[in-house]
Amino acid sequence: MNKRIILSLSTALLSFFTYSARAEYALNLQAPVTRVAHEIYDLHTLVLLVCLAIFVVVFGFMFYSLYKHRKSVGHQAVQFHEHKVLEVVWTVIPALILIGMAYPATKTIFTMKDVSDSDMSIKVTGHQWKWEYEYMGEGVRFISNMATPQDQIDNKAEKTANYLLEVDNAMVVPTGKKVRLLMTADDVIHSWWVPQFGVKQDAIPGFIKEAWINVEKPGIYRGQCAELCGIHHGFMPIVVEAVPEDKYKQWLASKKQELAVAAAGADKEWTKEDLLANGKAVYEKNCVVCHQANGQGLPPTFPALTGGKIATGPIEGHLEIVLKGGKTVMPKWGPLLNDVEIASVITYERNALGNSVGDMLQPAQVKAAR
Amino acid sequence: MSTTTATHHDEHHSHPTGLMRWVTTTNHKDIGTLYLWFSFVMFLFAGSMAMLIRLELFQPGLQFVQPNVFNQLTTLHGLIMIFGAIMPAFVGFANWQVPLMIGAPDMAFPRLNNWSFWLLPAAGTLLIASIFVPGGASAGGWTMYPPLSIQGGISQDMTILALHILGISSIVGSINIITTIFNMRAPGMTLMKMPIFVWTWLITAYLLIAAMPVLAGALTMMITDRHFGTSFFNAAGGGDPVMYQHIFWFFGHPEVYIMILPAFGILSTVIPTFSRKPLFGYHAMVWATASIALLSFVVWAHHMFTVGMPAAAQVFFMYTTMLIAIPTGVKVFNWVATMWKGSLTFETPMLFSVAVVCLFTIGGFSGLVLAIVPVDIQLQDTYYVVAHFHYVLFSGSAMAIMSGVYYWLPKWTGHMYDEKLGQWHFWLTTIAFNVTFFPMHFTGLAGMPRRIPDYALQFAEFNMISSIGAFVLGASQLLFLYIVIKCIRGGASAGDKPWESADTLEWTLPSPPPYHTFETPPVVK
Amino acid sequence: MNQQTQHYYLPAPSYWPIIASTALLTLASGFVLFLNHFAPGPYVMVAGALILAYLVFGWFGVVIKESVGGLFSRQVDHSFRWGMGWFIYSEVMFFVAFFVALFYARNVAVPWLGDTKLLWPHFVAHWPTVGPGITEASFTPMKAWGIPAINTLILLSSGATVTWAHWGLIKNNRTQLKIGLIFTILLGVTFLGLQAHEYAEAGFSIKSGIYGTTFFMLTGFHGLHVTLGAIMLTVILFRVMAGHFSAENHFGFEAVAWYWHFVDVVWLLLFVFVYWL
Repeated sequence: MNKRIILSLSTALLSFFTYSARAEYALNLQAPVTRVAHEIYDLHTLVLLVCLAIFVVVFGFMFYSLYKHRKSVGHQAVQFHEHKVLEVVWTVIPALILIGMAYPATKTIFTMKDVSDSDMSIKVTGHQWKWEYEYMGEGVRFISNMATPQDQIDNKAEKTANYLLEVDNAMVVPTGKKVRLLMTADDVIHSWWVPQFGVKQDAIPGFIKEAWINVEKPGIYRGQCAELCGIHHGFMPIVVEAVPEDKYKQWLASKKQELAVAAAGADKEWTKEDLLANGKAVYEKNCVVCHQANGQGLPPTFPALTGGKIATGPIEGHLEIVLKGGKTVMPKWGPLLNDVEIASVITYERNALGNSVGDMLQPAQVKAAR
Repeated sequence: MSTTTATHHDEHHSHPTGLMRWVTTTNHKDIGTLYLWFSFVMFLFAGSMAMLIRLELFQPGLQFVQPNVFNQLTTLHGLIMIFGAIMPAFVGFANWQVPLMIGAPDMAFPRLNNWSFWLLPAAGTLLIASIFVPGGASAGGWTMYPPLSIQGGISQDMTILALHILGISSIVGSINIITTIFNMRAPGMTLMKMPIFVWTWLITAYLLIAAMPVLAGALTMMITDRHFGTSFFNAAGGGDPVMYQHIFWFFGHPEVYIMILPAFGILSTVIPTFSRKPLFGYHAMVWATASIALLSFVVWAHHMFTVGMPAAAQVFFMYTTMLIAIPTGVKVFNWVATMWKGSLTFETPMLFSVAVVCLFTIGGFSGLVLAIVPVDIQLQDTYYVVAHFHYVLFSGSAMAIMSGVYYWLPKWTGHMYDEKLGQWHFWLTTIAFNVTFFPMHFTGLAGMPRRIPDYALQFAEFNMISSIGAFVLGASQLLFLYIVIKCIRGGASAGDKPWESADTLEWTLPSPPPYHTFETPPVVK
Repeated sequence: MNQQTQHYYLPAPSYWPIIASTALLTLASGFVLFLNHFAPGPYVMVAGALILAYLVFGWFGVVIKESVGGLFSRQVDHSFRWGMGWFIYSEVMFFVAFFVALFYARNVAVPWLGDTKLLWPHFVAHWPTVGPGITEASFTPMKAWGIPAINTLILLSSGATVTWAHWGLIKNNRTQLKIGLIFTILLGVTFLGLQAHEYAEAGFSIKSGIYGTTFFMLTGFHGLHVTLGAIMLTVILFRVMAGHFSAENHFGFEAVAWYWHFVDVVWLLLFVFVYWL
C-alpha cells in the first residue's frame, strides 16, 4: 500500500516538473536560447530528479518508520546500532551517483570557459548603477540605463509588463555568432546575468573576466545585475536584443550615426532653455538616484546640491568633479556622458533644484576640459 | 586529607546575588543561561528585521522602506542571526551540557568563560549603535565584499570592530571547550565513549579556532584598505577584490559547519532518546563529523563560482563540494536507522528533530544542486541560494536549537514545558517555514536576484506567499518565548529523568542540577 | 604540591571579564572615532588602553597569585598547556591569512593584471610592484641581506638564549635562568629597534601598492607580536627575580617561551617569503 502511494506521488512530482518545463517557466529555469543554457537546464533536471529519487527512498523509509515503529501501536525497540555492510553500501552508492553527475557537469564547465574562435567582442562595464557596452573595433560605445519610470516604482503609476527589466539602449547581438564578452566594472563588483543565455559573470573592477554567448534564436532577453552593488542594485537591468546578422549590421551602422550626431551637438551653441530642458532629462536619468529629485541628497554619503558648495561655487570646480569624479562615491561621468549631456546637467543643477546661480556651460567648454 | 570535596573553589566566600551574580559569574550553568537568553533576544530582534524585509517584498514596488534601508536590514539580519543568535545559542548549549555530559565540575577556564559571554553585549552595542550613525548601518550584505564595503561609512568600521570582538569571544570560548573536553573528562570516559554531542562540539571548537582568525585577517585588510591606503583589494595597487572573497569564504565555509555540527549533535542526542534505541553507527557519526570538518576547508570557492576563476579551479571545488555530501548523507542515514525499528514517541523535542532531518536534507539537496558549477552559474545570487541557506540554517540549525531547548528545559528548570503548546509551536513553525521558503526555490530558478527591495512582476505571486508565511513564522516564535518563560516560572515537576531513554550523565542529576555538580567526578564504565 | 592541589581550581565570581569587555568596547569605539576623524577618538582610545592595561595587570595578577598560592593542580597545569597551545594556533591562522594575501597577490593578482592590457596597457607583471594604477616616483624595495639578515640571526639567537634559560630553570640554576632571560629580552628589543630603523629608512610606504601593503602589514603584525613577547618575557623576568617558578612547576615561563618561539618561526617565514624571494 505504502509502495503504491510512493510511486504515485513521485510520478505526480515528476510530471509536475516536466509540465512546467514545457509551460510558463515560473517554477523552473527560463527557456534556454543558447547551447550552454540548454546543457545547464538538462543538468539541473538530472540533479533534481536524482535528489527527488533519493529523497523519496530515504524519507519513504523514515515516514514508514514514524508510522509503524511507534510506541503507541506497541512496537518494541530492537536494540541494534550498527550494520557494517549497509554502512558501506550507503557510502559507496552516493559516491557513484555523484561521479555520475560530475562527468557531464565537468564537460559543460570547460565549454563555458572556452572563448576561443569568437566572431566579435563586446566590452561590458558595470557602473553604479547602469551598464556600458563597447563594441570592440567598431567605435560604438553607449550606456544602458533602466527605463522604468520612478512613478511606477513609487506606486504612483501602473506597472507595465517589463517592470524593472527595461532599458533605454539595449545591447544588440547577431544570432548564430559567437560573441565574446569582456566584463569589467568601474567602481564596485557587479554581475552581468541573462538567464536565458546561461551566462552570469561577475564584473570585477580592474580586471577583465571573459564569457561568451551564441544566441540561437532572435528575441529580446532580459536579465539583472546579480551582485549587490549599492542602493540601486535592483535597478540596473540588462536587455539584449538578438537579431539576424543583416539586421545587426543595420543597427550597428545606425548606432554609429546616432553617436556621431550626438557628438556633433557639442560643436554648436546651445540656448539656456535647451540646456535646462536637456539637463533635466539627464539629471533624472543619472543623478536622481543619489542626489534625489529635489536636489536634497542623502547626506553624508550623497551631499545635497541645493545650496551646495560645488553647485553654487565656481563653475570650473563643478565641471571638474562631474568629469573626473570625487574622492568618495561620486562617479567619473566623463566617460559615461557626452559633452552635451554634461553641459546640460551642470547648467540644470546650477539653475534649478532650488539654485539660481545664473551661469551656464556650453558643450564645447566641456570638450575642452576633458 | 580532603576526600569529601574534590573541587576547590572560592565561591563559598563571596556569592553575589542579583545583577552582579550574572555579571561576575564563573559558573558554566549561569553562563549557559546568559548565552541562551542573549541568543533568544537577538533571534527576535533579527527576526523583526526579517519581518520588515518580507513586508517590503510583499508586493512589487517600494512601499515601506527605501533601498538604502532595505540593504541595511538584509545586512543586519544576516549578521545578527549568524553571530548573535545561532552561534551564541549553540555556545549556550555547550556551556550547560558539555561539563555535565563529561562529568566535569565546570569548564577548564571558568573566568575566561564569563569573558567570552560578556564580549557579546560589547560587540552587540557597536553593531546596533551603527544603525543610528550618519549613513545608517552597514549595507553591503553580511559578506561585506569590497569595493562596496570600502565605500561604506562609519558604520562599516563599527561592524568590523564588532566582528573582531565577536571573533575574540568565539576563539577564547573554543579554546575553553577544547581544553575542557580533552582535559576534564571523568575517569573511564575515553574519547570514543563521549556523548556524540560532546564530539560535535569538540570538532566545532576546532573549526572556530582555525577559521575565526582568518576572518579577523580579512576584516583587518578591509579596515586598512579603507583608512590606511593599503591595496589588498584594489586592482590599481596590484590587489584584487576577489582575494577578499577567497579569504572570507575560507572562514565562511567552515563557519556554516560551525553552525550545523552542534545541531547534528543535538539530533544525535534527541533521536535515540525518543526512539528508545542507541544511536546507529556512533563511530561512523564521529568519523563523518570529522570528515565534514576537514573537507570544509577545501570547498570555499563554491560561494564564488561566478567570479571568473579558471575552469580547473571550478572543477576542483565542484568535486570537493560534492564529496562533502557523502559524510553528510551517512549522518542522515544513521538518524533514520536509529529511528528504524525503535519504539517512537513524538514529544516536542522529537517532533523538531525529525523535521530537521527531513528539512535539512532538502537544504542539503539544494546545496548539491548549487555545487554543480554550470547550474550554479544560473542560481548564484538568486533566491535559490536564499532558500538553500534558510533550509539548512533555519530548519537545520534553528529548529535543532528549538529541539534542544525543549529537550533540556526540564533539566535546566526542573519543570516540564507545556507539551500542548510545544506541539502548536512546532506545527506553526514547520508549516509557516515551508510556506515562506519553499517558493524561493522557484523564484530563484525563475530568475529573481537576491538583495533587491523590488522585483519584476513575474515573481509577485510567490513573494506574496513567502511574506505571508514569514509573518506567521515570526509570530509563532513569540509563542516559543511564552512557552519558555512559562516553563521557567513553573510546570509539572520534571524529576531527574523525564525522558525514559536518555542515558547521558546530566540525567543522573536532580532537575535543576545544583549550582556545583560533579565536584567529585563520576566513574564511567 | 600539597593535598589541596589534587583538585581542580574553580575561581570565584570575578569582575575581570566585564572590565575586559568594557576595555575592548572603549578601545574599539575610540578606534572607530579616530579612523573617522572625530575629535574624541584618540582620547577614547587612550581611555580604553588604560582600562586594558589595568585589566591585564589585574587579571594576570590574580592568576599569578593563585598559582603562587599553590591552588593549581597538575590537571590545571595541563589545561594551561592546552590553552596556550591552541591560542598560538589561532595566532598562526591569523598570519596565514596575510601570507595567503602575499602569495595570491604575487602569483595570481599581479600576473593577471599584467595580462589585462585592455585596462592596464602599460603594466608588465613583476615583483615587487606598486601595481598598475599607482604612480610612484621612486620605489626601493627592501633588501634581504642587510639588516633583515642580521635580524634573523638576532631572533634565532634569542630562541637559543630562552632555551638556555629554560635549562637553567630545570637545573635550578637561577643565574643561568636570569641571564638567559635578560639576553633574550635584549635581543628582542634590539630586533625591534633595528626594525624601527628599517621602517624609517624604507624607500616606500604602506601606500606603495600591494608590495608596500603586504610588507608593512606582515612585518608590522610580526613586530607587534615581538613587542608583546618581549613585554611578557620581562614580566617573567620580574617573576623570576621575585622567586617564582620551581624546577618542576613553571608553566608561565614555558608559555611565554612557546610564544617567543612562535614569533621566531613567523620571522623565518617572513624573511624567506617577504624579504628574500
